[in-house]
Amino acid sequence: MPILSPSDASRVREMLADLPSPVRLVFFTQTLNCETCEPTKQILGELAELSGQITVEEHNLLLEKDLAEGYGIDRVPSIAVLGARDYAIRFLGIPSGYEFMSLLDAIQMVSAGDSGLNDASRAMIAGLASPLALEVFVTPT
Amino acid sequence: MAVESPNVTSIIVEASEYPDLVRKYQVSGVPKTIVNGRVEILGARPEEDFVRTAIGAADAPDPAS
Repeated sequence: MPILSPSDASRVREMLADLPSPVRLVFFTQTLNCETCEPTKQILGELAELSGQITVEEHNLLLEKDLAEGYGIDRVPSIAVLGARDYAIRFLGIPSGYEFMSLLDAIQMVSAGDSGLNDASRAMIAGLASPLALEVFVTPT
Repeated sequence: MAVESPNVTSIIVEASEYPDLVRKYQVSGVPKTIVNGRVEILGARPEEDFVRTAIGAADAPDPAS
């Protein structure tokens, strides 16, 4: 039984139709003690079927600790959204509801290599000299 | 912002799955953004306002140091 309804799936397919370059979703999961890992895997699988530009790479957090560490990931389920380079965008937790829309936004941004921000914002960010770590807390509904 | 600068990392956290992080950062409403583990930005802000606040937080000296 798919998580995305047929109408949602066709809307998402449309949104992703113009992705200019490939996007890799590096997904960290584990088998035990993770209620949302399996549904996350299913959502990502459905997403990858809607665009030829999206691939999903599944890894086990416990078995591939070094790889996870390289992505700065220590929890499951987690997704690193990679485009032409790693823009350091990560999702913790199942990307459903509001977070699913954020994931689609992130996919479009990294595929285009374009944040979509206005010139004033870009100028401020270009002047940033020190590390800036953003953690954005959201809920699915 | 992460797309614009290699200095920026961005993590979107599904709050209900990580009660420890919610406690650590005292998240009582969403969206809530934590900058460099210490400065809070509450709610959704206009783009430039958000960027200015976040960058201001990054450049500010750490009160703990």
